[in-house]
Order: sequence, then structure tokens, then C-alpha cells
Amino acid sequence: MLKRPAFYLDTQICTGCKTCIIACKDKHDLPAGVRWRRVVEFTGGDWDCLPDGTFSQNVFAYYISVSCNHCQDPVCVKACPSKAMHQDDHGIVTVDPEKCVGCRYCEWVCPYSAPQFDKKLGRMTKCDFCREDLQQGTPPACVAGCPTRALQFGEYDQLVAEHGSDPPMIPMPPTALTEPSFVLETHRDAQLEHTRKGTIGNPEEVKDA
Amino acid sequence: MNTIRTYDKVVWSTCNVNCGSRCPVRLFVKAGRVVRIESDNTGDDASRPHEIRACLRGRGLRRWVYSKDRLQHPLKRIGKRGEGRFERISWDQALDTIATELERILKQYGNEAVFRIYGTGNLGGVVSSRDQVDRLMHILGGRLNLHNSYSTAQIYHAMHYTYGEKETGNNISDLVNSKLAVFFGNNPAETRMCGGGTVRDLVVAKQQSGVRIIVIDPRHTDTAAGFADEWIPIRPGTDAALAGGLAHVLITEGLVDQGFLDSHCLGYDQATMPLDIPPGNSYKAYILGDGPDRTPKTPEWAAPITGIPARRITRLAREIGTARPAYITQGWGPQRHAAGEQSARAICMLPILSGNVGVPGGNSGDREGPFGIPFPGIPVGDNPVKTSIPCFMWTKAIEKPGNLTALNGGLRGRERLTTPIKFIWNFASNTLINQHSDINRTKEILRDEKKCEMIVVIDNMMTASARFADILLPATSSFEESDLCYQSYGMELGTLIMRQKAIEPLGESRTLFDICAQVAKRMGVAENFTEGRNHDQWVEYMYHQCRKVKPELPENYRDAVETGIFKWARPGEPRVGLKEFRNNPVSNPLNTPSGKIEIFSPRLWDMAQTWELPKGDVITALPEYHPTWGNLDPERSPMYPLQCIGHHYKQRTHSTYDNNPWLEEAAPQMVWMNPLDARQRGIHHGDTVRIFNTFGQTMVRAKVTPRIMPGVLSLPQGAWHREVAGGVDANGSINVLTSQRPSPIAKGNPQHTNLVQVEKYQEKS
Repeated sequence: MLKRPAFYLDTQICTGCKTCIIACKDKHDLPAGVRWRRVVEFTGGDWDCLPDGTFSQNVFAYYISVSCNHCQDPVCVKACPSKAMHQDDHGIVTVDPEKCVGCRYCEWVCPYSAPQFDKKLGRMTKCDFCREDLQQGTPPACVAGCPTRALQFGEYDQLVAEHGSDPPMIPMPPTALTEPSFVLETHRDAQLEHTRKGTIGNPEEVKDA
Repeated sequence: MNTIRTYDKVVWSTCNVNCGSRCPVRLFVKAGRVVRIESDNTGDDASRPHEIRACLRGRGLRRWVYSKDRLQHPLKRIGKRGEGRFERISWDQALDTIATELERILKQYGNEAVFRIYGTGNLGGVVSSRDQVDRLMHILGGRLNLHNSYSTAQIYHAMHYTYGEKETGNNISDLVNSKLAVFFGNNPAETRMCGGGTVRDLVVAKQQSGVRIIVIDPRHTDTAAGFADEWIPIRPGTDAALAGGLAHVLITEGLVDQGFLDSHCLGYDQATMPLDIPPGNSYKAYILGDGPDRTPKTPEWAAPITGIPARRITRLAREIGTARPAYITQGWGPQRHAAGEQSARAICMLPILSGNVGVPGGNSGDREGPFGIPFPGIPVGDNPVKTSIPCFMWTKAIEKPGNLTALNGGLRGRERLTTPIKFIWNFASNTLINQHSDINRTKEILRDEKKCEMIVVIDNMMTASARFADILLPATSSFEESDLCYQSYGMELGTLIMRQKAIEPLGESRTLFDICAQVAKRMGVAENFTEGRNHDQWVEYMYHQCRKVKPELPENYRDAVETGIFKWARPGEPRVGLKEFRNNPVSNPLNTPSGKIEIFSPRLWDMAQTWELPKGDVITALPEYHPTWGNLDPERSPMYPLQCIGHHYKQRTHSTYDNNPWLEEAAPQMVWMNPLDARQRGIHHGDTVRIFNTFGQTMVRAKVTPRIMPGVLSLPQGAWHREVAGGVDANGSINVLTSQRPSPIAKGNPQHTNLVQVEKYQEKS
């Protein structure tokens, strides 16, 4: 078992296919509306209509697949009034179904929207990094299924040593907030600060219905 | 303990739809139900043959197989055709009715009245294939043939007249040898997105070589987001104009490969023109303005047509002309248009002019070439009927068969169609309603029960097409029958997957083989059809036929099942299409009449004189640009100022899987719209909009995004048509907006050529 398992995403080759989402849904049998993994489409650019009927533009788009980042400093754990949200020795954050009262504080404080409210169960559920698989040395479902091999996992320190720790791409929040176990290879069009305008292109897919 | 971690068995299965990938999946079965699906996990993923990782569609199969829309019992129509009212009948009643009607129609109208409609909803299984219907009908004296496909009609004909060959492309892996890649409407990240196929090979090639990739497409596709160094938006249907502008720069700046054009091509300039053609008809004359239209095809000429600034066209031409080799390719979007044949041919001119055909790192202009092992399908026998219609022309063959001729409709085997289609076999096909053009008109034709007299639908789901069945039969899904499946065109791997029956058929579902065998029995040809084998015995028999191709496969069928999957890496270097021809065009001529690349096609020259075309359509011997009925024309169609294309969407493959709620949540149906067009109409992201033209109207949510060019909408094709009051579609099904007018040469479906208007939907109070 890894000391501090972390996800790695090469956004240069993530095509937003969403296989990771369905692999996760299938493995954990998740109902509609419960999204342990989400794929954010970030897009921007402006169009100029030129007098001769042609156009110039500087459009860009990239995708970021996000689940729970099993942060070193998990705000969800801090915010949980019933102590249901907790972190194990490897940094994996999970919900104790016996203790969770479904107050959704964790959902509100998490900058990644990782904890998901299951209406039928009346409580929170979330990514557990496929802990059982990790213990057996096999990859989590989302990683094992990634068609382009953009999504990987590994020991956090090793991933940082290998890929560096770039400042987070918009719309990812500053890492200092929670110290996520998530290493990103930056997309060539990545927006690092508010240098160019851009928006989340698929709000209906990533936000609560 | 997570209960879904315990299971009774794991079996190999497949995703059998028409994306061209054919992915293996492993089904985890517990108490007779599939409880989990995983991808291929065999071999070393770091080297070939790597894992074939199914995309979201294959991974979501469980929610599709167990859908509430699953057909479970044979049904007979009780209301008017298309109303969707059915009553449950027994299998014997259903099969008796089919046999009686088939016999009556064969007797009354002859074999040309029976048609197995185009459809690809269940593709890739050997024994579960639609071929079973063809085999049955051939034994019964034949059926009306079809040619072309809804995917490739126009490009197929373009390649036929230009190169005389199919699949002329280099493998996508050959990009490692390229200095530049130009993708015209080629979008593997959404069309061939399996992690064993083209998109995987594209990732590897891009990572290895860093080759500069330019994507030319009206839409900033996921291929553009993932791989493009530059995106050049282009107005739909104008690729031939761009090619003309590029060619002008290549020619006037001396960037053409004159030696190659002299030795390998027909009709580039006067020196290689056929002798019986009047002067001034060469390609060079057309481009430079020395031809009949006296119009030089300068970048300034192409700019307002394509929407691409002239300076950018000039720069792109210089890039193409100086990067040797350049991999210039096209997907199947540019050709699925009103004059798609000419777009496809015109794009091919760029590698031809720059001498990039038949060399490593180059390409012919065709889509990336496949690699595969030629495993056999079931023997279908000869069709005694030789008459063949373009697959898109079937509605005309029902409605006005006497008006469908060789010269006006691409009919083959006869000058004029004499027999209307009276009996339709519709297996795993949504072409009957959903995927054919102009749904409202198609419905009208089919509603007339005196025209087509019998429609048999065999499917898994209650689709829009199934609602038009007279007899509706529930078919087993891929989970419920064993079969063999092998690689398709979207991969550079050979595979053989030993698909095993994982669960019992749902309800009363039966295999297609069993259904056809039962009809055969009632028609007195049981022995000819089955050859004494049942479904599983056919699978085993076909396995041994596959062994003849790959003798290293286990001798014993059960041993092969135990292994489950076999994979073969493409040997050696990536395939280079037309390499032999390039190396020696004299000893390895092409299959064109001249043996050369026919830039000027004498066959098209002759067809232009003889074929009957509606006003506005043209056939030209050269790959020329001509505006079509689908061009924006404020004077002619002020009501419909937007072009609407229908891209292939990750949520489904064509219309298969559209009813999977997991996929709908991950990738909802929305129309792509530029913020400039949205603002003019007061439309915001997420609003429900109404898209309409003379053919119909549909309602769908808007995705307001800069990733589509102004003046263009893209409504992902394949959404299930759902009719609400007044013939309005409520599910963003594009074919209520598309036209049945075929393309000039192929008589193919122009389903990306549409003029529409859009407005915010106001719910009436």
C-alpha cells in the first residue's frame, strides 16, 4: 500500500471522454446525481468578425478529471460536525455511514465538490480511492479504465518528483487551501491566473442537479 | 465488505456498436446478473499489443442491457402503423405471421420487394450479425441489394474516382514520421475513442514526435482540445473552396511536386490531360482561372466562402508545401454533405500536389488506414437478385420506385427500379426512422400501409424505429449470447474475442440466428439455413474457420474460450498506403482506368454529360468547389440563417445507448451555439431552444460555447426522436431537420447540410 496515494492527470492528453466517470459509477453502483468523479471542461476565447466575412479567434479548451483529492489538510474532515468524515493513515478520506447525518457541510466547504449527497441514502458518499484495490496492488477503476492513459496514480512524492508541482490550472483552487494529493501536468492552453477569460463550459455536468 | 466485490464468474464480452473499435469487456456475474464491468487487462500496456480499454459507452453497458426500454416479448401492432400500440403475442404467432407475409410478398411482388435495411446497432459479432438475414433471403431467392453506407457514401465514391482504391490511408501511428499533420474534420477523440484504437495511437504518436497538428473543423472538437496546436474553424461544406485557395498558393509559389504530378497523376496540367478533352480543363487551369469559369481560386476568393482569413490560408499552404512529409487526412464529416464527394476529392488534392502520397509520414488525404486480420464472417451465399439501391434511397424505393433510375438515383443492376419495397427486415437498426433524413417525411411514407406492407423489427429496445414495426421481436443482447468478435477499422491491432453468454436472455428474447432459423423452417429451407448447426455450434464452427487464418489459435474451442481474448500487434513499421504505386506506378498501377491518380476523372466527365441531376447539383471531372442548396444565402433563405451540423457524440454511438442514464448524465444532449449567435437571440447557456426549418422542429438545451464558429450550430446526431404534440421533436433529434435530397454522385446522405433558425423556447401558458 502506498504511503500517500495520489492521482496524476496529464491534461495535455485528457480528451474529456468521461470513461473515468462511468468506470467509477459502474464499480460503485452509483445512482444518477451522485458523481464521485467529474470532468470539468474549461473553455474561453474571443471571436472577431472581420469585414470580409471571415473570423479570427483565440479559442481554447481543456478538460480536468477530478474526484476527491484526499487532501493532506482536508477541510471536509474539519467541517464535519458528526466526525463521520475521517482520514486514514494513508491520507484516504472517507465517510463513516453510521455517523453521517447528511448535513452536507462537507460538500459546501470542499473546493472540489468531492463529497456527494445521495438522496436515497440521506447521507454523503465519496471516492475512497478504490482502497480495496490499492491494498491488492491494483489501480483504482478510473485509472484502469482511462483510454488515453492521461489519468494515473502513485506515491505523491514520486509523482511530484517526476512531474513537478505546477501551480494549479484554473478552475482548480489554490493547493495551499487543502494540500490535495493531485498532481497535474499543465495543458498548453492552461489558464494559471486570470490572464485570459474563460468559463466552465459544462456546468450542468459538474454541479449538483 | 463491498458486496459487489463477490461474484460467481467473470466472462469476456464485447461492445458491439459501430464506432469501428469493437472493445472487449469483462463481465462480472453474480446470481445471474451482470454486476460490474471492467476493461481488457491482458498483456503489457506499455507495448503493443496494449490493453484495449473500452470508452465510457462500453463501460456503461450494464445500464443499457437492463434498461426499462428493453423489449422482452414478441409484439404485434394493433393501432395504425407508427402509433406505438402493440399487443403481446407468442413466438409461434409472430413467426407464423412473418413467414406467411414473406411468402405472400415474394409470390406477389418477387424478391426485389424484400429489403434488409441498413443498420449497425449490433455490429462485429460473427454469428449474431445482420448477415443472417441476408443468408436467409439469399436461400429464399434473393433480396434487393444495397450499396454505400450512411457513414462513408461520398468519400467512398471520391476515393473510387480519384485513386480507384479503398482505405488508401497511412496508419495514424505513422504520424511519428511526419513534420506536420492536418486533420480536415477528423475527430478520433470522439469517433474512435476506445483506448485500444485510433485515439490511443494518436496519443502515442503525438507524445513521441511532438508533430504539429492543425485541426480544420467548424467545431473545436475534443481532438482539437487534446491534440491540436492550432484550430482553424471553417464553414461547413466549404472544404473544397479552402483546398482551392491552398492549391493556388502551392502552384503560384512553386510548392508543388511537379515530378510526382507528371508521373503519377492524370490531369494536373495540360501535359497529362486525356487527349479527347478540350483544352482548358486541367486542374491547374481551374485553379489559376484559365478554365471555363475564368476565376482564379486565390486565398482572397476562398476567404469569404470558408470564413478563414486569406492570410491564414496562404500561411497554411506554405506550411503544407514546405513540411515534408505532411500527414493530411480527413474524417467523414466533410463528406457527409450535399456535395461531399467534391469536398473529399478536393482535400486529397493537397497531399497529391505536395507529393505526400505513398510515403512514410505522408497520407493520401483519406482517413487514417486500418490494420486488421482478415477473419471470416458467416457464409451469406450469392444473392440471385442483382438490383442494388444506394442505402440512402430506400424511402424513394418505397414511394416512387419507377422514378428511381441508374441515371438519377445511382441504381445498379437495372436501368429503372420496377418493384417497390414491400417487406422490410429491420435488424438492430434505427435507420427506419431515427437515422434516416427527414423523419417527418419518412413517417408519412411508412404510415401508408399500402406502400410498404410489412415491417419486421428485431431489436433490444423500443426505439423510434421499433414503434413503426408490424411485428416487433425481442433480440438477445451481447450479454445473452456467445459469439466471436474481431477487430474493426478503428484499430491497429488484430483481435479475436471469445464472447461468452453471461446471463440468460431477458424475458423471451431470442438470438437473430434462432429467429431466422425458425422463419427458414416455416419456409421449408431449415436445413439449408442451419446446415444442421445451432447458434453455439455455428460459433464453434466459425472459430475453426478463424483458425485457418491464424493457425496458432488453440486447436480446441474450449481452450480458446478459457483464454478469452487474442491480440496481435501490427508487425513492422506503420502501413503506408499506396506505397507500391508510389514506388513504381507502371508496374503497380491503381485501379482507375488510367492506372494513375485521376485528378481529372474521365468517368466523372462522362457522368456529367449523362446523369440527370436536380437544378443546382453538379458533377465535375475536377475536384471543384460549387455552392449547394445548403449554403447560406440571405436572399434565398432569409428565414434560416444558420448552418446546422450533427457531430458524433461520446454519449452514444449513432443512436445506440442513447437511453443509458449514466451516459446522459455524463454527456447530456445539447446544441452547440456560438455566444455571438446566442446573444442576438437572447439565449443563455442551458436554456431550452427550438431549432426549426421547413422539414421540422426540435427542442433541446443550448450549450453556448466559443468552441463552435458563429453562424453554425452543432446538434449531436443520434438522439432518440421523441415526438410531442404537432410533430415536434422534444429530444434534440437532428433528423427532423435533415433532407432526403441525395448527394450528386454517391446518392449519399447529406446530413451535415442543413439550414435552420433557432430561438429561445417559450413555454405557452
